[in-house]
Amino acid sequence: MTPVATGKETAQREQRASLVPLPRPIDETIEGERLSDVDEWGRSEHTRALARRLYAPLYKHWFRVEWEGLEKIPKTGGALLVANHAGAIPSDAPVIMHGIEEELGRPVYGLADYFFREAPWIGTMWARAGGVPAHPDNARRILRDQGQLVLVFPEGTKGPSKTYTDRYRLRRFGRGGFIEIAMRAGVPVIPIAVVGAEESMPILFRVPRLAKLIGVPYFPVTANMLAFGPLGLGLYFPAKFKLRVLDPVTFNVPPAQERYSKSRVMEEAETIRMHLQETLYEMLRERRSVWFG
Amino acid sequence: MAQALESDPEVEMILGMGTREPSVALERTEFVRADQTYSILSRIVRATQVDTIVHTFLVVDSTRASARALHEINVIGTMNLLAAAGQTASPVRQVVVKSSTLVYGSAATDPVWFREEMSRTSPARTRVERSLLEVEGLVRDFAEDNPATVVTVLRFANVLGTDIVTPISANLSRSLCPSVAGYDPLLQFVEEDDVVRCLEHVTRHRVPGLYNVAGAGKLPWSEVAAMVGTRLLPIPPVATQSVAAPMVRLGLIDFPPELGDLLRYGRGVDTSRLAKTGFTCRYTSAGTVENFIRALRLRRSVGKPPASYTYEQDIEQFFRHSSAVVPISGET
Repeated sequence: MTPVATGKETAQREQRASLVPLPRPIDETIEGERLSDVDEWGRSEHTRALARRLYAPLYKHWFRVEWEGLEKIPKTGGALLVANHAGAIPSDAPVIMHGIEEELGRPVYGLADYFFREAPWIGTMWARAGGVPAHPDNARRILRDQGQLVLVFPEGTKGPSKTYTDRYRLRRFGRGGFIEIAMRAGVPVIPIAVVGAEESMPILFRVPRLAKLIGVPYFPVTANMLAFGPLGLGLYFPAKFKLRVLDPVTFNVPPAQERYSKSRVMEEAETIRMHLQETLYEMLRERRSVWFG
Repeated sequence: MAQALESDPEVEMILGMGTREPSVALERTEFVRADQTYSILSRIVRATQVDTIVHTFLVVDSTRASARALHEINVIGTMNLLAAAGQTASPVRQVVVKSSTLVYGSAATDPVWFREEMSRTSPARTRVERSLLEVEGLVRDFAEDNPATVVTVLRFANVLGTDIVTPISANLSRSLCPSVAGYDPLLQFVEEDDVVRCLEHVTRHRVPGLYNVAGAGKLPWSEVAAMVGTRLLPIPPVATQSVAAPMVRLGLIDFPPELGDLLRYGRGVDTSRLAKTGFTCRYTSAGTVENFIRALRLRRSVGKPPASYTYEQDIEQFFRHSSAVVPISGET
């Protein structure tokens, strides 16, 4: 069975290659026609537009959102937006995304916990509406390669899960991962202070056992549930929203490094946290009413 | 693959090996039937002084082989192959291994695009994934021990095409196609022809290293189903495998465990490293699906085309070795 083949024999048959002229592939790409506009991140501009249309009345008439310093967000190029995070089902993320997309006409990608991707239905809707799992590589691609705006909440779930007694007290800013992301991508960090989210759905207490049982990061009992019953799961109080954009923070470090000095990263994170905290207190000093601003 | 190589006059001789006879007409490929673990390979390597081995026989579809056969073919087969290539005074200068992006798995914690140097984020639970990881480990060791040999590992995304049958293509060919309720993952595809072109590219240019191979872009599973014109059959997100099992038994769907994960979280691989070597797939992911539909429509209309060629050992031997066969020359 072993074929006997020697160099001499193959040399004789060399010509025979031309017996079967195979069609050589043409050098053109075959694109194919898409049926939807879902991009590589799972975002669909159609879904975004629909979400904005549905959200607009809530934004305008319920939360009556007011921005300050929106001009500090660049019209082009990547930037990492960071904000304080609050409310049992955080109302700040849609407000910020909606506001910037409407006012500046730029898409915003929201980085969030993997939990969203895991949850059926919610995860799919979240992705179509511009949510991206918070993987450092995802952030780098969107910020650096595609020059888009990315929104991240450095407090993570610790922000929205805190009870009403801790309102407007910023939690730990993770391990400063957001600073590393910005350094690596070579983009500025733009902090945004949000007032109003805390009061839109305040948490009275949490039920950790139940959270564990159904596999969610926290299970809150909110004032909304007590006030509206089952409707309170999704119905916000009409707190007045005020947002203030702080000055962009840039870091004089080369981008695309494997690692950055941890002490520098933590220091920058802490500086931004302090600044954001101060701004929040300042805004609360100026606020006359929770409902009317 | 062999057909593509045959047209290159620089290639002196091609030797095919497999457990089944080839199903396409090969002009000058010598073919050897071997058992699935390639135990005879080291003798062949010595006897024929081959300089390149292209290993395309890894099983990446667990519905086609039992647990035991999968291990025998993938792990033991590769071990024999590498042992043959790495023997003392081995003539082998290049080994190309066709692997799969299944090695990355599919989990919620995954990045949207995997680069070659990233590893999977969840432990491999399915048999086929574990065996592929083991195979790649073997190949890595081989590359370290034989620095003079060019070692290429290609990780292909989900392959679709005119001929190939995978769980995904089988599902898409039916009128009902499984999905996991509540999930609409983004998938990436690569066309059969691009698979061959890529193997040819790395073999011809002796490109060493580890590469992802996939068409550009990603498609949601629902869109793929809509393009093909099949309806989605949502399987509940809890107890997915137990619900799917009876339907698999009845032959209504194909649902290996690795597909269950894929239909939740999808997978994307970054192909920029391969692009740097001068190769990009001709078909985008959407183009691949479109091409698949066209082939599917044809098959639905005329049935499976009869094999245009049957391999007959004696006749092939006659054509290749008889002095009665007159080589025709002077053609271009």
